[in-house]
Amino acid sequence: MSSLAQKKGFGAVIWDYLTTVDHKKIAILYLISGGFFFLVGGLEAMMIRIQLMKAGNDFLSAGLYNEIITMHGTTMIFLAAMPLLLAFMNAVMPLQIGARDVAFPFLNSLGFWLFFFGGIFLNLSWFMGGAPDAGWTNYASLALASEGHGIDFYSLGLTISGFGTLIAGINFLVTIINMRAPGMTYMRMPLFTWTTFVASALILLAFPPLTIGLFFMVFDRLFGANFFAVNMGGNTIIWEHLFWIFGHPEVYILILPAFGIFSEIFAIFSRKRLFGYTALVFATILIGFYGFMVWAHHMFTVGLGPTANAVFALATMIIAVPTGIKIFNWLLTIWGGSISFTVPMVYAVAFIPSFVAGGVTGVMQAMAPLDYQLHDSYFIVAHFHYVIVGGVVLGILAGTHLYWPKMFGTMLSEKLGMITFWFFFIGFHLTFFIQHFLGLMGMPRRVYTFGADQGWDLFNMISSVGALFMAIGVLVLLVNVVLTTVKNVRVGNDPWGDGRTLEWAIPSPPPFYNFAQTPLVRGLDTYWIEKMEGNKEGMVYAEPLGDVHMPNGSIIPLIMSFGMFVAAFGALYFLDDTKPWALAVLIIGLGITFGSMLVRSLKDDLGFHITKEELIEDAKRGGNTDGLK
Amino acid sequence: MAHDTPEKIRSHAEHEYLKKKRSTEMRHQLTSFAIMIFLTLIAFTMVAAGFSAYLIVPIILLLAAVQVVLQLYHFMHLSNKGHGTVAFFMFSGMFVAFITVLALVTIVWW
Amino acid sequence: MDLNKRYTAQSWPDHPETATLEGKNKFVGFWLLLAAETVTFASLFATYLALKDRGPDGSEFTAAGLFELPLVFAMTMILLTSSLTSVYAMYHMKNHNFKAMQAWLGITVLLGLTFLGLEIYEFNHYVHLGFGYTTSAFSSAFFTLVGTHGAHVLFGLSWFIALMIRNSKRGLNMYNAPKFYLAALYWHFIDVVWVFIFTVVYLMGVIG
Repeated sequence: MSSLAQKKGFGAVIWDYLTTVDHKKIAILYLISGGFFFLVGGLEAMMIRIQLMKAGNDFLSAGLYNEIITMHGTTMIFLAAMPLLLAFMNAVMPLQIGARDVAFPFLNSLGFWLFFFGGIFLNLSWFMGGAPDAGWTNYASLALASEGHGIDFYSLGLTISGFGTLIAGINFLVTIINMRAPGMTYMRMPLFTWTTFVASALILLAFPPLTIGLFFMVFDRLFGANFFAVNMGGNTIIWEHLFWIFGHPEVYILILPAFGIFSEIFAIFSRKRLFGYTALVFATILIGFYGFMVWAHHMFTVGLGPTANAVFALATMIIAVPTGIKIFNWLLTIWGGSISFTVPMVYAVAFIPSFVAGGVTGVMQAMAPLDYQLHDSYFIVAHFHYVIVGGVVLGILAGTHLYWPKMFGTMLSEKLGMITFWFFFIGFHLTFFIQHFLGLMGMPRRVYTFGADQGWDLFNMISSVGALFMAIGVLVLLVNVVLTTVKNVRVGNDPWGDGRTLEWAIPSPPPFYNFAQTPLVRGLDTYWIEKMEGNKEGMVYAEPLGDVHMPNGSIIPLIMSFGMFVAAFGALYFLDDTKPWALAVLIIGLGITFGSMLVRSLKDDLGFHITKEELIEDAKRGGNTDGLK
Repeated sequence: MAHDTPEKIRSHAEHEYLKKKRSTEMRHQLTSFAIMIFLTLIAFTMVAAGFSAYLIVPIILLLAAVQVVLQLYHFMHLSNKGHGTVAFFMFSGMFVAFITVLALVTIVWW
Repeated sequence: MDLNKRYTAQSWPDHPETATLEGKNKFVGFWLLLAAETVTFASLFATYLALKDRGPDGSEFTAAGLFELPLVFAMTMILLTSSLTSVYAMYHMKNHNFKAMQAWLGITVLLGLTFLGLEIYEFNHYVHLGFGYTTSAFSSAFFTLVGTHGAHVLFGLSWFIALMIRNSKRGLNMYNAPKFYLAALYWHFIDVVWVFIFTVVYLMGVIG
């Protein structure tokens, strides 16, 4: 039977996605679920802004407000931004280095499903007795006192999805270390691959402290341990340290891939080689390195002492240097280029001032004495939204437009894209710029309402209107996606016309084996080099056409993750006297997980081969048949 | 290609050479093991003998570090060819491990 | 990759664990996991050190009063020896001597089981003294750190046993050689962690 499949029914497509180990399909799964959680988090943000629209508003109760701000932060960071970036990493990075797949296709799928079930578990808290309400940082002194099971949903859900992210990180690292095409040296890797590499390294070393912190939280709340219980000798500062040892690198895990996307965009739409490629690479590595030495700047007001505060303040300021290097390199890439203001490019250009604004307020907060004034005020809220929205979210939106044709084979409408951009961009600055001043005027963050006599009415109103603008922008993007999908105008290999890297040398979407022949890389911006030399195929090959080995799809990752999902319910109700079945559920869940691990390791799974003849036949049909036996 | 099974039959001489090389290596491993046992004995003896804590603590920490180096470089072959990248990540891990421990023993604000 | 391909000692590659791309990927990926595990255990050690001897007011349990060295010494010797026996197993794996490898792995597993037995005895002893998981911050930190190590030992043992049973009939091939190699690496890593546990937790604990 041919390994290249024909048109399939709806059920078969669903089954295909549930069992897929193809990095491009997993990318689509990440994109859809990350997009869904982005909408959920956005809805929560809108509710926050409605509540704060006017003084003394009673749209939300104080308790519900706490739950919503907690879930907004948690959802946006862990369930929206990270998976959306993982979607682009999955979709593009293996293509950029000329690989047929990632190093561990099975683990890739497992990583996704763990994230997915972790996210679902966390959000089920809304329907099962209340969401977590101790803020996304979940400080132990608050979290231990929180009633109900909200916090437990948080710690168990994030533990599960954290495992998924760790797996994804290891997978990307090994892919980049081992699976680069011949000639693709480290210093020829596209910047997006580099940032994926460094971000994955940060995932590798930053997620373990979070996992351990969450374990402590679970054990404290559900199994009677005393890590944070002060009356039993515990110490809540341990949570803060563990959380931020993870939490600060996490910021770079988010922003670095966005930097990578923007680097690609600047080069493509300025039709120029990236200015200072080497400097950009080393700045990326430096940011990754410093990222681990600054976490305590989140804890200046805890009282760590002047020495610790001074050391961390200094380290924090140093980080601005490599970031500044990057900004100047991007500006010099644009300078003198033949610029086309497409939607991705517009996002990229808008990103620079927005992100710099966030960076500058960051350096302000790095000064520990000033931070004592700014701490816990809306100034902080404004700052981190400037870096996260102005950096990461703009990067994600730009990436969506840039890589949509590569992922789906159709172009998002430029016109609607521009509308989205303007609504979102104006809305973003309207919402958050003014919050700096709210903070300086003394408005504390995380309060559910304020008094009419405090003079914060107008600015809060403006901020809420801005949020509405952003919501309209996102809705237009959704319309854009639907219209584009319905119209379904197919595009060729290089829809932007100026692609520079390998992913633009193959069909959109690429065939499931990516490259029929492994490409030979002759320099930075491989595809551009071939185009400039008039090579019609866009690639030179490192090997003759031959059989291609592919991994088999598998449902086991889904089952394994489902087992964790079940076990999490068991752990959640472990100490509840009214739920004696909890222990059984815990054991059954872990049984499912370890059982499917055992099945996986006992069963030989060697994959299959696509023959040379099938490859030739596939190339005749345009080379983008949907794969799988 | 990458998925082919490597097929190389060694000559008898090469085979004998490799075998000999491996058994020399194995002898070195035994030496490392003897050193590890010896270091462990020193550590336990020092504590049992009841020297001052200020003397013991740095020494036993140093002994532990030496043991770990022996494990990593001899038993786990971290020094061998092709281990450069993984060694880099291992050391990055140790760096993060070090600052984590340092932070929690120094600035946990009681 | 052909599972039925038979190798002789002479055609067996010098580094079977990294001779295939799959093997190389597993090898690098596993070392990266060990780097992450290093940070994991560092977090546990750091917490233990921060919470050492801390408990509710009037808590009588301290490391100096609790730990006894003879048992720990025995456990240390057993685990160190098991590290050496797994080196022997890998020596025979490289020489393509499957039977000898299995035998040495068997010894490793027995030593590991003994270690685990002693650890369970030790924990049980503490619980009988009234030093349970929920007694104090110190007890939680101690049991979590040493218990996590114990869970790693258990996982390593299960891994060895599964590999030995699974491959008992088929012998060594390119598909399972990397797996044996990685299981042995894991076992060494467990030993590395234990070196720090006996030093930091027990020896430094007894000193006070």
